[in-house]
Parts: sequence; C-alpha cells; structure tokens
Amino acid sequence: MSKPAARPSPPVSDEVRQTTCYMCACRCGINVHLDGGKVKYIEGNRDHPVNRGVLCAKGSAGVMQHLSPARLRAPLRRTGPRGSGQFEEISWDEAYAIAEGWLRPLRETAPERLAFFTGRDQSQSFTGLWAQAFGTPNYAAHGGFCSVNMAAAGIYTLGGAFWEFGQPDWERTKLLLLFGVAEDHDSNPIKIGLGQLKERGARVIGINPIRTGYNAIADDWFGITPGTDGLFIGALIHELLRAGKIDLDYLARYTNAPFLVNAEPGHEDEGLFLRDADGKALVRDRATGALCPFDTPGLRADLAADLRHEGVRHRSALSLLADAYLSDRYAPETVAPTCGIEAGRIRALAAELARVAFEEEIVVEQPWTDWKGERHDRMIGRPVSMHAMRGISAHSNGFQTCRALHILQILLGSVEVPGGFRFKPPYPKPVEAHPRPHGTARPGQPLDGPHLGYPLGPEDLLIDDEGKALRIDKAFTWEHPLSAHGLMHMVISNAHAGDPYRIDTLFLYMANMAWNSSMNTAETMAMLTDTDENGDYVIPHIIYSDAYASEMVAYADLILPDTTYLERHDCISLLDRPICEADAAADAIRWPVVEPDRDVKGFQTALVELGARLGLPGFVNDDGTAKYRDYADYIVNHERRPGIGPLAGWRGPDGEAQGRGAPNPDQLRRYIENGGFWIAHIPEEARFYKPWNAAYQDWAVKIGLFDAAQPFVFNLYAEPLRRFQRAAEGHGDIQPPEHLRARIRTAFTPIPEWYPPYEETAVDPDAFPLHALTQRPMHMYHSWGSQNAWLRQITNAHKLYLPAEVWEAEGFREGDWAYVTSAHGRIKVPVARMDALNGKTLWTWNAIGKRRGAWALDPDAPEATRGFLLNHLIGELLPPRGDGMRWANSDPVTGQAAWFDLRVKVEKAPPGPPTEPAFPPLSSPVGRGPAIVRFGEEFK
Amino acid sequence: MTSLPTTTERKLGLVIDLDTCVGCHACVVACKGWNTVADDGAPLSDVDAYGPDPVGTFLNRVHSFEVTPDDGGAARVVHFPRSCLHCEDAPCVTVCPTGASFKRAEDGIVLVNEDDCMGCGLCAWACPYGARELDLAAGVMKKCTLCVDRIYNENLPDADRVPACVRTCPAGARHFGDLGDPESEVSRLVAARDGMALMPECGTKPVNRYLPPRPRDVTSDERLDDAAEGSDRPSGFLGWLDRMLEAL
Amino acid sequence: MHPAASVIVFTTLSGAGFGLLAFLGIGEPAPTGLRAFWFYLLGYGLAVAGLLASTLHLANPRNAIKAFREWRSSWLSREAVLSVTALIAVAPVAFGRVFLGQDWPVLGVIGAALCLLVVFSTSMIYAQLRTVPRWNTPLTPVVFLAFALAGGAILAGRLQAALAALAVLGCVQLAAWIVGDRRFAQAGSDAGTATGLGRIGRVRLLEPPHAGRNYVLDEMAFRVGRRHAAKLRILSLVGAVVLPGILLATLGTGVVVTAVAAILHLAGALASRWLFFAEARHVVGLYYGR
Ligand SMILES: Nc1nc2c(c(=O)[nH]1)N[C@H]1C(S)=C(S)[C@@H](COP(=O)(O)OP(=O)(O)OC[C@H]3O[C@@H](n4cnc5c(=O)[nH]c(N)nc54)[C@H](O)[C@@H]3O)O[C@H]1N2
Ligand SMILES: Nc1nc2c(c(=O)[nH]1)N[C@H]1C(S)=C(S)[C@@H](COP(=O)(O)OP(=O)(O)OC[C@H]3O[C@@H](n4cnc5c(=O)[nH]c(N)nc54)[C@H](O)[C@@H]3O)O[C@H]1N2
Ligand code: SF4
Ligand code: SF4
Ligand code: SF4
Ligand code: SF4
Ligand code: SF4
Ligand SMILES: [Mo]
Repeated sequence: MSKPAARPSPPVSDEVRQTTCYMCACRCGINVHLDGGKVKYIEGNRDHPVNRGVLCAKGSAGVMQHLSPARLRAPLRRTGPRGSGQFEEISWDEAYAIAEGWLRPLRETAPERLAFFTGRDQSQSFTGLWAQAFGTPNYAAHGGFCSVNMAAAGIYTLGGAFWEFGQPDWERTKLLLLFGVAEDHDSNPIKIGLGQLKERGARVIGINPIRTGYNAIADDWFGITPGTDGLFIGALIHELLRAGKIDLDYLARYTNAPFLVNAEPGHEDEGLFLRDADGKALVRDRATGALCPFDTPGLRADLAADLRHEGVRHRSALSLLADAYLSDRYAPETVAPTCGIEAGRIRALAAELARVAFEEEIVVEQPWTDWKGERHDRMIGRPVSMHAMRGISAHSNGFQTCRALHILQILLGSVEVPGGFRFKPPYPKPVEAHPRPHGTARPGQPLDGPHLGYPLGPEDLLIDDEGKALRIDKAFTWEHPLSAHGLMHMVISNAHAGDPYRIDTLFLYMANMAWNSSMNTAETMAMLTDTDENGDYVIPHIIYSDAYASEMVAYADLILPDTTYLERHDCISLLDRPICEADAAADAIRWPVVEPDRDVKGFQTALVELGARLGLPGFVNDDGTAKYRDYADYIVNHERRPGIGPLAGWRGPDGEAQGRGAPNPDQLRRYIENGGFWIAHIPEEARFYKPWNAAYQDWAVKIGLFDAAQPFVFNLYAEPLRRFQRAAEGHGDIQPPEHLRARIRTAFTPIPEWYPPYEETAVDPDAFPLHALTQRPMHMYHSWGSQNAWLRQITNAHKLYLPAEVWEAEGFREGDWAYVTSAHGRIKVPVARMDALNGKTLWTWNAIGKRRGAWALDPDAPEATRGFLLNHLIGELLPPRGDGMRWANSDPVTGQAAWFDLRVKVEKAPPGPPTEPAFPPLSSPVGRGPAIVRFGEEFK
Repeated sequence: MTSLPTTTERKLGLVIDLDTCVGCHACVVACKGWNTVADDGAPLSDVDAYGPDPVGTFLNRVHSFEVTPDDGGAARVVHFPRSCLHCEDAPCVTVCPTGASFKRAEDGIVLVNEDDCMGCGLCAWACPYGARELDLAAGVMKKCTLCVDRIYNENLPDADRVPACVRTCPAGARHFGDLGDPESEVSRLVAARDGMALMPECGTKPVNRYLPPRPRDVTSDERLDDAAEGSDRPSGFLGWLDRMLEAL
Repeated sequence: MHPAASVIVFTTLSGAGFGLLAFLGIGEPAPTGLRAFWFYLLGYGLAVAGLLASTLHLANPRNAIKAFREWRSSWLSREAVLSVTALIAVAPVAFGRVFLGQDWPVLGVIGAALCLLVVFSTSMIYAQLRTVPRWNTPLTPVVFLAFALAGGAILAGRLQAALAALAVLGCVQLAAWIVGDRRFAQAGSDAGTATGLGRIGRVRLLEPPHAGRNYVLDEMAFRVGRRHAAKLRILSLVGAVVLPGILLATLGTGVVVTAVAAILHLAGALASRWLFFAEARHVVGLYYGR
C-alpha cells in the first residue's frame, strides 16, 4: 500500500523580510516569513554577523510576541487610582496634548523636574539627545542596575568591557574562563562560540555558584561562594606572580605597568603618576636610565623601577601590584575557605592558565606596525580568554572584582591578541576619549553636554558647591562617583523622598519599574501611589511607554503605546550599542515588516513629534516646523558630527560612502536590500592589537569611529580612582563628606583590593547565613516572556533551588514550600533540591513571577500563584548602620545595584500556593488572552 | 501500512551532543514554530494558552537532569533534548490500527498521516520516549517529522534543507544526517564519541543517537614553581623581575 | 497509566459480555425463545456498550472506521475486526435460538472461540507494550480471559464453571499483582538507561521541560499511592472473587443472587481494571522523574 507522503516541497511563505530581532538585546538578524501579509514564521538570517543563522527560543517565539494579547491598543489615560490598572483609550492628539501640557512649563522653568529614564533602550543616542535638548540632567537608561560595574571597570582598565563590546577569540582560544555568566546580552554569539570551542576540543571553565547552562557544559566547574571572585582572581594573580608567569614584553609595551607612581607616604601626590610638563606619564628607560614619556619610540620601559625623583620615591605600577597581590591575603590557602574552593584547585588552575598562555602560544603570520612605528613580523597570541558578566558585577565589590579580572588578563598578555579576548569596534577607546558627565540645567536651554560619562577626578562630579547632587538619581556624587550609567534604581525612591529635590514628571520607557526591575518592589509600588497632605501624588505625573500591559503600565497616568518590534523603525547604531564583531564594524535597522493593526506608534517617532511640539532644539527647523517626519526620517538625516549619522552604511548622495558621508535619502532601502544590516570588515593587518595597531587606528578614523588616532595603554593602575581616594584622604578642593571617607578609601584603591560585599557586613551572618541568586532563563527575557503562549509553557512556575546541605539540614521533602527571609522582607516559595550548587547558595529563575492581572494572563495563572520574585527580599538601601546612616545597596564606585549580595535564611512553610507576598490583582487595560491558540490555522 | 519496512535505504536521524547542549530551548520553539504552520497537518495547538493550566503540543522538549557521579565527584547538570528517535523497530508504528503511523522505506522517517489517525493514543503508549503527543484541539497524533517538509524542500536553499531544530541550535549541538551510512558525518561523530542509543532494552533500535557528555572536573595537582627563591614575597619577585628585565 | 473511565468500562463490560456469549456459544446454557432473547440481549449489550464506550476514548472518532485496516500488525485493529466478526458469528446462533428454537452447536463453538479471541486481542493491546512492563507479561491475557470467563459464567448462571473460574481468577489475579510489582525493575529501564547518563552516575530530574501538564504526562505519568492501591486490591478481590463465590456457593444461581453476584463481580472487576491502569508505570515517566 502506498502512503500519502507529506508534500515534499511546500512553499514556505509568500515573502521574506529581513530585520532585527528584539526579543532581547542581542539583536540577531531574522528572516520574517509572511503569508498573505501576515507573519508566519521567523528564522535566523544566515548572513547576519551576530547570529549567523541561528536563533534562540525567544527569537523563534517572536510570532507569539507579535500576536500577544497583552499588546496595548491605543494611548491610555488613567481613570482609576494609580496602581488600579483602570484606563480609558484616547487619541494620540490628546496624548500629545497632555504630555505637552505637563512638560512645556517644566522646560521653561526648571527642566530638571522632568526625569526621563529609558530602561531597555536600544536608541540611547537618540533618547539622550532628546533629553539633552529638553535640558534635564535627569536622563539615563537602565545600565546602573544592570552591569555598570562591568562597563566602568572595563572602560577604566581596558577602554572597553566584556558585555557585548568584546568577545573571546572563539576561533583560536584554547582555554576560556567564564565568570558569573548565565546568558548575557551576547546570547547567540556566546552559544555559537561555546559550540565552536567544544568542536575544537578547547577547554571551558565555569566559575559560578550554580552549574547550569554554560556552566553545565564547562569542562571544569568552580562552584564559588558569591561575592568572593575578587579573592579567587587575586589568588590566581598571586600564583602567576610568584611563578613569574606574566607577559613582561606585553606589560612593558601596552600597559601602564612601568608608569612611575609616587610612592612617598603622606606626600600630596602619593599614588599619582610622575608626569612631564605636558602631563605625559613618565617611565624609566632601562637602556639609558632616563625618565621619558611613556610613548617614546624605542623605549625599554623598566617594569621594576624604584627610584627617587627630586627626592620623592617613585615605583613602577607593577611593583606596587606585586606588593598587593603577593601578600598572604591572596595566597590560595588563605582565600580557599572564603571562596569555598580548595587551594589545590586554585593552584592547578593558575598552572593551567600559565601553561596555555605561555607554552601553547599561537602565532598569526601577519606583520603589523605599532603605534610607535615599530614593525612586528607576526602576531603572537596567548590563547587564554575570559568572559564575565553580572555574577561578578552585581555585587557591591563588583567594580574592583571586574578590574581584578582585567588585570589577570593583562598580566597574561591575552587582551587584543590572537586567542585571547578581543574588542569589537569602536572599542577599545581610552577612558579619556569618553565624555565627562554633564548636569547643569538652565530654564529653556538644552543641557550643557551629554548626560553620562566617565569622571577622571572629583572635579568631574555632578554636585553643587554644597556637595548636593545635580541629578535626581544622585549619579556622579560621592556616594557613587563613577556611576557612568546613572542609577535608574534610585530614581523613584529619591523622587519620592524629594532628595535631592522634588520632580514633577517621571517619564519612563521600557522598564518594568513597578515589578521586576526594582529592588524593594512593594515599597516602590507604594512610593508610586503615595500622596501628599493635599491628596496629590508625591510624584505628580508619570508618563510611560510600553508595548504591552505590564505591571508598570498600571502605575502611570499617561501611556504611550509602542508598536511591536516588527512594526517600527529602529536603528542599532555605532553611536550607541552597535552589533560589531571583533573583525568588523556593523550596524543594523529594524523596519516595519508589517504595519500595526492598531493605534500605536513607535516610541521614538512619538518622541520626535513631542520634541517638535515642544520646540526642542534639533527637533525643529528655524521656522519652528518639525525637523523630522518620524524616527525613520531622523535615522537617515540626523548628523551627530558632519558626515556622521546614526547609520554608517551607504552614506553620501550616491550611497557609496561608509562611515562618513552626507545623509543618503535612500539609505534605509539599501539596508533593507542588504538584509537589514551593514558590515565593514577590518583590514587583515588591523585585526589584533587594536589600541596600538597603526593600521587599525587609521581604519577607525577613516570610517568615522574616531576623529583622530588615539593609541593608549591599558591601565593596570587606575589613576582616576586614586584621585578620588586621595580626596578622601583629605587632599584637594573637592572632598567627600565625612561619613563616606572611610569607604572611599577602601573601595577606590587604584590596584583592586577585595572587600566583603556590603550586605554581608551590614546584616548578621548567623541570622542570614545563605546567599540567594537569580539566573536568567535562556528562553525568557525578563518579564516579557510570560505573555508568549509558547515560552510561558516552558517556565510559568519555578522553584527555589536549595543545595543538598541546606535541604538535608532543614529536612525538606519534594513538594515542600519555604519561607525565605532577608533583612528586608519575607517570601513564601516552592523549593527543590539541587546538588550541583555552591553549598551556601540558593537560586531561582529571574522575573518569572507576575502580578495578578498583568500581561493579559488569567489572574490565577501560575506566574502569579507559583511564580515569585526575589526582588521583594532586596532593598535599595542597606539596613541602618551603627551611625544611623543607610547606605545604598550598591557598589560604592559605580552605584551598580548589588542584586547578588542578598543574604537570607530559609525555613519550612506550610505547603501549597500561592506564593507570598500576593498583591491584589490589576485590572487589565487589554482584557485577557484567548482560551485556545491554533496558530497556523490561517495559513492552511 | 503499519508493518515496518524490513530495511530502509537510508536512516535519517539526529545526533544530539549532550556535551554541548546548554539547554536553551531554542530547538523546542523553532520546532514548534515550523511545524505549527506546516503545510499539511493541523497546527500544534495551545489550550488554555494564557490561563492557569496551559497545555500545548510540542514535538521536542528539553529536560535538565542532575547526575551525581558514582565516584563521589561533584554533581553535574546535563540538558537533554528529547524528540522522536525514528526507531528502526518502531513499536508506535506496528500498534497503529488505522495505518496512520508509518515508517518510510526510503529514509526511515516515522510519520503520522493525520487524515487516517483516529486519535486512539496507542502509538504514544507504545513509544518509550514520550515522542508522540496527541493534539488536544485537533484530536490527531503529532510527532517529530524530522522536518520532512524541509529536508527535501526545493523551495528552500540547500543549506536550509535541514530540520528546523538543527538549523536554529545556537550551540551546534544537533546534527542531522544518514546514520545508515558509516561514512556520513553523523556516523563518524557517533563512532568517535561513543554515541548512545536510549533505552536499548526496549528493543526499539532508535536511529537517533546521543553523544555523552565528556568527562568533567578532571582534577590535576599541577602547581607552579617559584620563579626564583623568595619570589613568593614582593621583594623576591622584584629581584626576579629585575634579573628578567636585564636579560630581555 | 491514566485510568481512563472509558477504557476501564469498556474492557470490563465487554469482557463479561463476550464471556457470557462464549458460554452461550458452547451451550452452557443453551436457552431458547424469550429466555435466549434476554441472555443474548445481555451478552450483546455488554459487549457492544463496552465497544461504544471505547470509542469515547478516541480523539478523532471520525476515523474510527479505519481501525479495521491494520489487522495484520496491530492488536487494536485485530480486536476491532475480531469483535465485529465475533458479534456477527454469534448472531445466527442467537437468531436460531431466539426465533427458531434451533441450536447449531458447531457454529456456537466457533462463535465462542471468537469471543474469547476478542478478549485475548484486547488484552494483547496491553500485553504487547514493552513500555509498560507490568502489562508486558503473559499474565495479562490470562487475567483478562479469567475475568471474561468468570463474569461470563456468573452471568450464564453456571455454578460449577463460575466457582472454578473465580478460583482461577483469584489465583491469576494474585499472581499478576505479585509478578507485576516486580516487572518494572526486571525490565531494566531506569533514568540511567532512559538518558544514557547512567554510565556517569545517579540520574535525577532537575527541571522538567515544561512547567505544567502535557499529553504524555496526563496519559502516562499517573501514579497511585501504595496504600491506596493495597486497599483497592483487597476490595477488588473481595468484590470480584470472594463475595460472588460465597454467594453463589451458598445461595445458588437464582436470578436475584446471580444479579447481585454479577454486580459485585463487575464492581470488583472495575476496581481491578482501574488498578491495572493506575498501577502500571510507563517507562516515559523516567524522563519526568516519575
Ligand atoms: N532579582 C533580580 N532582579 C533583577 C535582576 C536580577 O538579576 N535579579 N536583573 C536586573 C537587570 S540587569 C535588569 S536589566 C532589569 C530588567 O528589568 P526591566 O528593564 O524592567 O526589563 P523588562 O522586564 O524586560 O521590562 C521592560 C518593559 O519593556 C516593555 N517592552 C517590551 N517590548 C517593548 C517595546 O517594544 N516597546 C516598549 N515601549 N516597551 C516594551 C515590557 O513590556 C516591560 O514592561 O531587571 C533587574 N532586576
Ligand atoms: N534570555 C535572556 N537573556 C538575557 C536577559 C534575559 O532576561 N533573558 N537579560 C539581559 C540582561 S539585561 C543582562 S544584564 C544580561 C545578564 O547576563 P548574565 O550576567 O549572564 O545574567 P544572570 O542571569 O544574572 O547571571 C548571573 C550569573 O552569575 C552567577 N553569579 C552570581 N553571583 C556570583 C558570584 O559572586 N560569582 C560568580 N562567579 N558568579 C556569580 C549566577 O549564578 C548566574 O549564573 O543578560 C541579558 N540577556
Ligand atoms: S538572542 Fe534571541 S531574542 Fe535575542 S536578539 Fe537574538 S534571537 Fe532575538
Ligand atoms: S537548541 Fe541546541 S543547545 Fe539549545 S536546547 Fe536545543 S540542542 Fe540544546
Ligand atoms: S521514538 Fe517513539 S515515536 Fe519515534 S519511532 Fe521510536 S517509538 Fe516511534
Ligand atoms: S493515535 Fe493515530 S497514529 Fe496513533 S495509533 Fe492511534 S490511529 Fe494510529
Ligand atoms: S526534526 Fe523537525 S520536527 Fe523533529 S524535533 Fe527537529 S524541528 Fe521538530
Ligand atoms: Mo541587565
């Protein structure tokens, strides 16, 4: 009997449109298949530099995101009390009029009374420009609660960070160390890379309290105790120094290891570099004994220098580093108990690092010329690479831990070399080439410069003469001087407290602040709804742009509904967070592959319109008419500097220019024809040693990444930190307030020194003996996934995993529930046992728990009854100290939210749902999702 | 016909590398996305999609197991994708009363002809691997088709004529090919990495193979030697450094 | 396995019905006229009601007719074909007895054999499944046949046969339970073989592939508490074997006694059949830590 075979060659779709995914920040290229004008199927774009055809679970589920029942339908005006979720739909004209009515008077009188924070923004160069034009100093995206430790430590040390700004040399590396990474932004590239390593038989080592995901496939697992990586890395450095396994040539040429540091105790310039009259740091030439500027060609820099200059002792930065790390404090035996890792394993890992770096060195036969004009016959690589993410950065000692990690890489000579860690253009870029922060608001005027930047010393702080913060989030103050990404997590509580001042309008975009992105969630909701003695809201106006009925929507007064990512223009720009590769510069667009079927608008287009209505400079022509029709028009025609715009591809009137060139009206069409992205490959000679490679510098200038070549050295020793530390010691005009001096002295060491995470010292370790962490599920993006019919089935309920030790000690059984208590609060959750877990650590998946009634889900959805957040346990402030002061639960250097410092205790609870705390349900502005989904029916 | 072919010309199947799978569920969703819009066959429905008790049809699911080594080593986690193994002795086929289930003689793919299926569920009972799911909305049996509508699809470029799950897997943990041909890439992988059949005791002779995770936590007692006497003290280190720089 | 009511009712009722028809077929008893009519109505009624109940189990009954196609390989198909054949084969004898007062013993025996074959094929649907070790033993058809014969004998009012069948049923049922309790372990599947990871160490499910239910779990991952099962076993044995046996042995085979004995027996049989499913562990549970 013959079988009716499946039709072997069905047509897949009518049409494929290529754009960029936005189910997360990785920004992969996608092929969107349309059938009868409807989105049918999404797959990865094989030609795209980011994902090369693959797609993650979220990306493939984009269809369901696009069809989510939680999509907003039209602008909304609040009708019930804040937090109720009651709204009426209004027209865009009404919405603009309301917003304009609130914002215009602020701009004219006190622009700082607008706080504009933009969450998971992929258009920061645009939203920042808007805020600058408005004149408020209060602008940032979400980096402050995300990974600014990583970003800042990277910039101050290497001129660039891990994150998505660099990558292991996946093709060549032989040993990869992953510190505290569950998923990261470079979601698909990391997976592709790990797959490549596995295929080549290269080794992967996971340093993580939890052994899932990437750490599960790592060949070796170091189940470190949270917050102690600084010690662990210190011990590796200790071992390498002891054995002399460091790359002296690399250190001498490419780093500030030979810089001469004033080592005269008590001297006014103690800890600062010896500089010549031009301000150039000096080093000692071993050949001549002379002190010369560090960039002198032909110099043999003395890494061991210890000399007196004009009677003042100066020592090389490397020798100070040796003092610090060869101390017993960092001996493997000393750190072992704190880190929860045997000393022998630490020693063995150090030995392995040394062996692979120095005995398995690799060579790329490619001559190149360095910044001093010296020609090198070949490129020598140390095939050891590292990658790290929030596991080390989301601690209050994270900045220094990240720095320590970079120092480990530098000592091994494995940054920007074949087989090591490689940057993606436009990184690395010296910290000096990054902007300084600006925060001076003037009525009716734009801000004096870009909001965010990298302070080089106390004079760059944004404080007034009394030391009071200029910004609502108190970024760039003594509390966290290097808060390069702002502190979005402090905005609501500061605005509520009126400290440093009151604001009028809180304008948020794409951030679920009433739920998973806040610490102290219940309190945040209370602050958003709190009223003053007149019964008015303490934060008078809240405007919010979301695409979906999230928890945050319920707490705003005016909602500007965004489109889904398949319905709007977007631009993934080199001015912002580009999608470059180590071997190429690249940028990309999104474009409406389908038109919205409802009254929603791309948020950026709404901002363009609002900017024009408010007459913001840069948004109106001289005659006051709107400068841009919409965001697409802006993308094509805006010029940041002459010839430099949001997109680098197909510039110039004929579209032939790359990087630099006049706006090209046809630019977006060219992008679309090319699959939605543009890529320019780095010339062969320029691929490695980027900061010191003349060919790279020239190329970067040519395509407009920089305006001038800017070779620099890596900062083993971070002089800017010393400037703050010095101020805390009582030097200089601008000094920290008394209560912060001690902590600045210990936290701002120019050579990283480990200190225990703050929560550990603020709470009784016996009362809260355990650490509690979250991890990102690879198939969910924060709170977005739960509205997705496919993704939510994978994880709509979750458990808190307890290590065997705790499980047995407390007598837990399968199906049990527990109370988890921190100094801040208590939750009730279901628990499960896990053995492949650090013995002092509990963990769960992040952001699965949902508020009842949100996201168009049934109020009894498991997300609400069995899902939960650890956020209820985490305070944005630490418990009061002896002196009554309350420190922020943040890194003292950058203000990074210390999510992973959390200490808890756990005990049995009566079994069964719901999880606690349980909040009253929200009413849904979009109703509920359909009972049954049969996606695909319409195409049969 | 529900009798099995005695031999098949090819044995197409998947080889899944448990050493590389990070458990990301990409293959799960790509499979759902492709197969729910498949040209023939009912959609893979999701019942109570936004409610308290969602139940949808998936042809591929990823479990996470914890394995505690017998020798007392550290426990480890293995992510484990599970779909139809296109068994040579497929019991799901022989039990089917309607002839809806069949195994193709040309390539060994096990399929369900939904036009014939009466939804009795017996084939799912017969499958040891949980690879068949009855779609609750359509009432017909669903299973992995090995993306038969992709692998021969002349409307797709050559490179895309692989299963959706294989094409999408970011880590490259899924391989597709002819396991009947000892020279094929997949057969070589199986030979080199000691590829396993699941539950051989069930006698199903699965075509798909799993590559076991490689050994982990291989401890060494390597230890670096001091660079020079006293180099474990800053002063000794600086002395060593000085000598090294002299020699450079 | 999920103890689906439709399947439990089907197998139990149709078993008893075919058992009764088998006894009628061999002329034990061989009633005629109205009495025959009632007997055959009962036999057909039970058999057909059971078969109809079984179609409730189909998710796509439109295609039920296609179930006759694969009798060469599929026990379910054989069961379908055989049951229709048996019901047809029994018809002339029934017709003869009810309307013509005639008996055709050879045809009757053939019909009886077919009836038992139906029961056998039903049991083989389960017994053939290596995925459910508890079922995958020759005791499965034996128990099914014993139930059919005991139920048939009671309904047929054959005292000796009923007592003998009940005795046998009691024994094979006990044997099936005792043997069945060990079958899963004997079959050799565990989380280690299911995942292939047993070569590394002890395997335990850490996280299921989806948070909620799915078809496979609903259908195959049913677990019944050990104590609950033990209680049900006793109830079922008492109901299906002991009480009917005592009743019949002491009070004979009058209509009322037979009816009570039959109801008790069928109730016990339903409990046994419920346990047959509920206690059966499918190997797929190993992937779900169940
Ligand atoms: N316990 C714990 N809490 C954490 C973390 C943790 O590790 N543990 N991580 C922290 C970190 S690093 C981060 S970055 C934050 C993330 O937290 P959030 O920034 O709050 O991230 P999301 O949940 O993704 O919420 C973003 C909002 O954007 C909306 N949105 C989605 N798509 C669109 C769109 O196209 N347009 C518009 N306008 N809106 C859209 C969503 O509906 C959602 O309401 O969470 C933080 N919170
Ligand atoms: N699928 C998906 N991808 C995402 C996101 C998402 O929500 N979903 N969010 C995006 C965002 S906003 C961000 S910030 C990134 C974050 O990317 P990741 O940094 O990978 O994010 P987390 O999941 O917070 O993982 C932190 C990891 O650090 C470990 N860890 C915690 N404390 C310590 C410690 O002290 N030492 C060490 N060594 N490890 C520790 C935890 O066990 C965990 O594995 O991911 C981005 N990518
Ligand atoms: S990693 Fe996934 S969700 Fe993120 S952009 Fe890429 S495909 Fe989309
Ligand atoms: S896509 Fe690949 S890595 Fe991800 S779960 Fe599937 S097999 Fe594993
Ligand atoms: S895995 Fe299951 S469904 Fe697939 S062929 Fe084997 S027995 Fe049949
Ligand atoms: S459910 Fe369909 S395919 Fe499976 S055995 Fe029954 S008829 Fe055959
Ligand atoms: S081969 Fe196709 S049908 Fe089978 S699991 Fe992969 S994607 Fe799904
Ligand atoms: Mo983040």
